[in-house]
Amino acid sequence: MFEWLSEERAFIAAFLVIALIISFGVSLTIGLKQSILRANDEVFGDPDRTKGGWYWSVCGASALLLIWFYFSWEVGRAYFPKAANEICQVAKIEESISPINAAMPIGSRYYKSTDLIIRNTAQLDSLEAALPVDLFSAQEASQLLSVINQTRQIIAAFSNPDSQDPQSQKAIANLAAEFDFLSEDVLAGYDGYEPTPEALLQPKWGITEVEIPLLPLTPRGVLFDNISLKAKSLADTFLKLRSKSAEADRLIAKTKAEIKTLKEANSQAQGSETYVKKREAYVKAVERIFKRVDDGTIFPPEALAPLYISVQNFTASVDDVKGGLGFIDSVFLPGNGIIKSRTQCTEQGPGRWLPKPTDVVATFTRLANPDVASGGGYKGTTLLWWKWLEISDVVDFFVPDSVIDMLPGSYGTHSADGTFEPTFKDNLLRLAKGKISLGAIPMLDGHIWDSLFRVLVAMGAGILFGVPLGIYMGVSRFFKSFFDPLIELYRPVPPLAWAPLILTIFGIQDDGKIFLLFMVAFAIMVISARTGASGTQLSKIRASHSLGATNQQILRYVILPNALPEILTGIRIAIGVCWGTLVAAEMLAGTTGVGFIENVARTVSDYELIWVTILIMGILGLLFDIMMRWVIQKTIPWRGKG
Amino acid sequence: MTDLTCTNLSMTFTNPQTGAAVEALKDINFTLKQGELLSVLGPSGCGKTTLLNMIAGFVNPTAGTISLGDTAIEGPGVERGMVFQQGALFEWLPVAKNVDFGLRMKKQDEKEAVALVEKWLDIVGLQGFGDTPTYQLSGGMQQRVALARCLVNDPDVILMDEPLGALDALTREKMQSLVLELWKETGKTIMIITHSVEEALLLGERLFVMAPRPGRIHKEYRLPFAEQGLKQSLRDIKQDSKFSEIREEILTMIWNMEEEIMGGV
Repeated sequence: MFEWLSEERAFIAAFLVIALIISFGVSLTIGLKQSILRANDEVFGDPDRTKGGWYWSVCGASALLLIWFYFSWEVGRAYFPKAANEICQVAKIEESISPINAAMPIGSRYYKSTDLIIRNTAQLDSLEAALPVDLFSAQEASQLLSVINQTRQIIAAFSNPDSQDPQSQKAIANLAAEFDFLSEDVLAGYDGYEPTPEALLQPKWGITEVEIPLLPLTPRGVLFDNISLKAKSLADTFLKLRSKSAEADRLIAKTKAEIKTLKEANSQAQGSETYVKKREAYVKAVERIFKRVDDGTIFPPEALAPLYISVQNFTASVDDVKGGLGFIDSVFLPGNGIIKSRTQCTEQGPGRWLPKPTDVVATFTRLANPDVASGGGYKGTTLLWWKWLEISDVVDFFVPDSVIDMLPGSYGTHSADGTFEPTFKDNLLRLAKGKISLGAIPMLDGHIWDSLFRVLVAMGAGILFGVPLGIYMGVSRFFKSFFDPLIELYRPVPPLAWAPLILTIFGIQDDGKIFLLFMVAFAIMVISARTGASGTQLSKIRASHSLGATNQQILRYVILPNALPEILTGIRIAIGVCWGTLVAAEMLAGTTGVGFIENVARTVSDYELIWVTILIMGILGLLFDIMMRWVIQKTIPWRGKG
Repeated sequence: MTDLTCTNLSMTFTNPQTGAAVEALKDINFTLKQGELLSVLGPSGCGKTTLLNMIAGFVNPTAGTISLGDTAIEGPGVERGMVFQQGALFEWLPVAKNVDFGLRMKKQDEKEAVALVEKWLDIVGLQGFGDTPTYQLSGGMQQRVALARCLVNDPDVILMDEPLGALDALTREKMQSLVLELWKETGKTIMIITHSVEEALLLGERLFVMAPRPGRIHKEYRLPFAEQGLKQSLRDIKQDSKFSEIREEILTMIWNMEEEIMGGV
């Protein structure tokens, strides 16, 4: 069942999108009608105007989901399941001709030659201006200037179409012709092309880690795939093309010789180490620019023009054959399209970092599968399941061995015949060490439970210690003044600032995280209990004194119930803060927990997993809050009515 | 006999910042015999609430003594019941639990407690309201609960700090009758602080008009209206010409005091 659902994601999504559009439309209609009907029911600003309105909730949720479906490319995948594969083939062509595009004003604004000339001329100018006359003799200086000048002349020679070697002109023309042939191939259409059986066996888009199937699945895709191979060999030819010019060759030979003499002079130069180094550095800088222009990568624009036109035509004919694919690409696959790099085609933009809703559900289902052996759970632990917990393990954890030491009696020794008969105390020790089986109880297990467990234990301890201290601080001058500075000093420190210290002291196991969360919960509980206790109406305290209550009774029967609303609100806040801190603490260290999953997912850029953990945390946080609100409503109905 | 006696009672508040001392009360002397009904009236700042708080034992006088019968008062106690303006009910407890609070604190037998609570709820006119949360009651009903809570403890003296101040006129009149009835039936000593001259006249067998700076008893009256109120309707008493006469006299007195305070500022 899950397999089938997982395979048919695109189809399911297509259905869901239609359902969402319908629910959006219907709820919007109802909402607008209701707005008109009730426009005059209440004046503007009346709180009653915010009551009800489920249709707007439906409308908002549908809109949000539709936005998610759209920007995650789920809509595109649902209705054009093969489009991405075809665009991937186009991306292959783009990858193939990218070196040529980069040399033409296609990939950038200028010819690569123009860019080279602008950059190198500017550097030559600044080198000339900064010529260190004190380092070189007059003769050397003039020689350096001549090298700089000749480098300029080389640039000029390569840029002049008249001094171009006819052979290199011809090579460019040939390449342009090849591209024209290729354009004809493209425009000939894709009749008779068939995808290979191998291609058809590829997993569907989004099912495996390599997102978009690489091999072409449609005849048109096969055509593009073939063209991309041919274009690749043409691009390779282009990369080997060199600008040739007799004038430039002469200047290059001459300059090379001059640089050589300058270098020799440098090797024999006398003087301090820094002096020699500075001379060498300057000559090297001049030589570096010379080397950039001496390899024939500068062409006159006129020479490249025919190739430029042919490549443009080629791209245009590819666009022609693409047809509606370009429209799908820009409308249904918003973002930066699909890019082919090395071994895979990847989604760019929101399609990449915003996983498709159905993919998120599939990932969650995989994670929630309790059968770890068949690939469920995460890193060998289930998401949320149960296991048998040995009671002896619990005893081992809670009963320290030293308690047994304090009991009367003594531990046994081995007897003369080399045997050991355990005494009663020995058996007790075995019990405390958890070596006597006491049966097992079912216990929750898994990443979510581990996270919950940490929060719950820390909250429990925080309430147990924080509430009594807070109440005493609310009624006693000593407790208030003694503990106030301590708590107020550590409380404002963000919990995450404590994390590195606490985790270093306690290690990465549960106790460190629990202690960190305890600190968070404790401070919040103290402050809320204190506020609640000190907010007790004086007349209530006086009334209970007159009714004969003792101080302890007043604390228990008047101040505590009076502080209950604040305490419960404190618990609600503390759970929220603990939950936030916990996830961050789990990211720092640990091997289980929701935060741990997200941290691992981050290191491998598994966006789906990241979103699944974000959703899990959001939903759990929401559940906590709903639960607390329910508890508050049930336990303190008098809140705000006293 | 458990008479309430105040001897040379003085109270001085010192501002901790400026060190300035304010004489809230100075040399108060009076004896309230058992079963007497006293109302205390005065402009704001005359120390009437301070006087009540000292008798209740919430604050200690800076000089002088208060004694109930033969015992000197050194703190709050069950023999002096309190009723506050806002009831000061425990809103987390239902009516019955509020009323038996004092009994629970001294761990009285549960059966007896239940019977007592029922009896007093009956007397204050709240039979059947035992399980109602107090926050669902109206202001008048809340004051009835407060009265029952105080009376269930069987105090010798009942101290009321503007108990009817927050009630509407009609409820107030009913509650005034209730207080008079309770006074007659229980024979308790009652001391009522109030802002309302009419209420002070109606509920005071004795009436102190206090004056401020320093707080002192300016004039004492002995009035027949409380006794009359037991027999005839309170509204008829208010029509009485003698009632109007005293009311005007006291109003003028307090008016002049207020003028003096304003003029002094």
